[in-house]
Amino acid sequence: MDTIIKIAWRDLWRNKRRTFITMGSIMMAVFLAMFMRSMQIGSYDNMILAGVTEVGYLQVYDSGYWNNKSINKSLVYTNALKKKINNVKNISRIIPRLELFALGSFGNQTKGIFLIGTDPEIEDQQTHLSRKIVKGRYLKKNDSGILLAEKLAKFLKADVNDTIVILGQGYQGITAAGKYKVVGILKFLAKDRNNKMIYMGLSNAQNMISPYVPDVLSSLSIMLDKPNRMKKTRAELQKALGNDYEVITWRTILSEMVQTIQGDNAGGIIMLLILYIVVGFGIFGTVLMMTLERKKEFAVMVSVGMRRSKLSLVMLIETFVIGLMGVLSGIALSLPLLVYLHYNPIGVSGEIADMMIQYNMVPAMPASLKSYIFINQGITVLILALIASLYPVIIINRFKILRALRG
Amino acid sequence: MGIIDVKNLHKVYSDTKIPVKAVNGINLSFQEGEFTSIVGPSGSGKTTFLNMIGGLDTPTDGEIIIDGKNISQLNSRQLIDYRLNHIGFVFQSYNLIPVLTAIENVAFILQLQGKSKKERNKRAKELIDAVGIGEKLHNRPGDLSGGQQQRVSVARALASKPQFILADEPTANLDSKSTNDLLDIMLKMNKESNITFIFSTHDQRVMDKARRIITIDDGVVVKDERIDD
Repeated sequence: MDTIIKIAWRDLWRNKRRTFITMGSIMMAVFLAMFMRSMQIGSYDNMILAGVTEVGYLQVYDSGYWNNKSINKSLVYTNALKKKINNVKNISRIIPRLELFALGSFGNQTKGIFLIGTDPEIEDQQTHLSRKIVKGRYLKKNDSGILLAEKLAKFLKADVNDTIVILGQGYQGITAAGKYKVVGILKFLAKDRNNKMIYMGLSNAQNMISPYVPDVLSSLSIMLDKPNRMKKTRAELQKALGNDYEVITWRTILSEMVQTIQGDNAGGIIMLLILYIVVGFGIFGTVLMMTLERKKEFAVMVSVGMRRSKLSLVMLIETFVIGLMGVLSGIALSLPLLVYLHYNPIGVSGEIADMMIQYNMVPAMPASLKSYIFINQGITVLILALIASLYPVIIINRFKILRALRG
Repeated sequence: MGIIDVKNLHKVYSDTKIPVKAVNGINLSFQEGEFTSIVGPSGSGKTTFLNMIGGLDTPTDGEIIIDGKNISQLNSRQLIDYRLNHIGFVFQSYNLIPVLTAIENVAFILQLQGKSKKERNKRAKELIDAVGIGEKLHNRPGDLSGGQQQRVSVARALASKPQFILADEPTANLDSKSTNDLLDIMLKMNKESNITFIFSTHDQRVMDKARRIITIDDGVVVKDERIDD
């Protein structure tokens, strides 16, 4: 085996220029592929993280709420329900929310608003809502005040310490109405949210929307310790809660974002495919030349007693080594840049940027440093190299010794 | 019965418009320790004959019996093993592996035979010393003269301790001195180790050293003479 490896290694350096050119083309392809994938996956991860931070990995609704988001389909967060949820493993945080479309009014101005009643402490731990305060203060525990989105406040011509009237339809047909003092102004990157959001304490919202039935909620957002076990946890939770409740994953809740990612990802994969086809033919050309110009040598080796299978092994080792060196140098070239871009993301614009803003994210693309990006590119190139060496292997196993000896 | 018995050997090349009868019914027997030259004009069939004995080409008809086994019935894998363990080849253009040094070229054959590293290095060094280029052990073929390369080629042919060595025009590319030196080495091996050499040659110097000269023309043996010492 050592002589076979020796022959393969030394053969590679018989034509240094050709070996370097082939390695260089693989290196550039790996560099481009890794850069593309790392930026794509980095931005997807960013979007998913922002989305999941808002909605949770799972949400629990009353049965039928997902298809008909009526306040009358709210769930009642009883102690029994709490106990059932808490018994399911892998749950790290539960964010109870009560949501309502209503009218908000101040002075002569009235506008449709989206009200979220939430536990201020848990909400802040999860979504860092307090960081969005641009004026006033954040909600305290059992606070009677509300937080107003910046553009909504501007439309209503309301400010901190003003009192807003909220009017809407409450749980089971009652009128939900109340006067609330503005304690803080929030600024959202997403225009839609900045135009309509109002936050208030959960008990405050429950008193307004459902004064006669306590502990009413629209949803329970659930965060997980191990997100990769989401499917299993969802199934366990659904089983524990029975058919009176529905447990939905973030992929369904954020289906629009998932589709955007899938579409963009497919485009990226097509680009990669084109790149790898070019590289594959490059490797094939080199390997083919390496085989054809050494046919006489191969014939001599077979004449003196070397089996063709061992000769094929020499060829496979040569191709594998060229591929491996190209892959490693491509990784070495791209890694410093990707590490830099991981910590210093590139700003983005266009459709992706709009989508990111919509999910309340800063429109920037950090590079991902996930190991599978590197491993996948490496394996792809090595598989291509091995495929490219199949033809030479066929040649080695079929050539006529005497014809090859004559050159 | 010799170490090689050739019976009614025929070779017809049918891949041309008109089939060519390269070997047309040769019957020969080679004894152990012979130093034989096969001579004849170009196209007479001597190289084809040598290729068939060497298992590089298959006869259209006839038998080649070596050690009681008809090698024309072996499959390609068996033929590779047969060549490795029974025959040493010396080619006209040396045909050494260019990326291996002199000692590695010789040891390569022993590695194919599965010998240990220690054993193959010891024997390869002995053989390189025996052909008189012990100081060139670690030179690659590109750094050796034609004569030196052909000596390495002889050492390689001897490495597997073959039953016989086939040498196709081994001196064709060598000058007079290199030719004489090489022939002296091969004669010495023949006398000391009783190794059988079969040459195909046009070279009078090779014929002068041979103790049996077989003349082939139009694919048949026209003369088979033994020369006494």
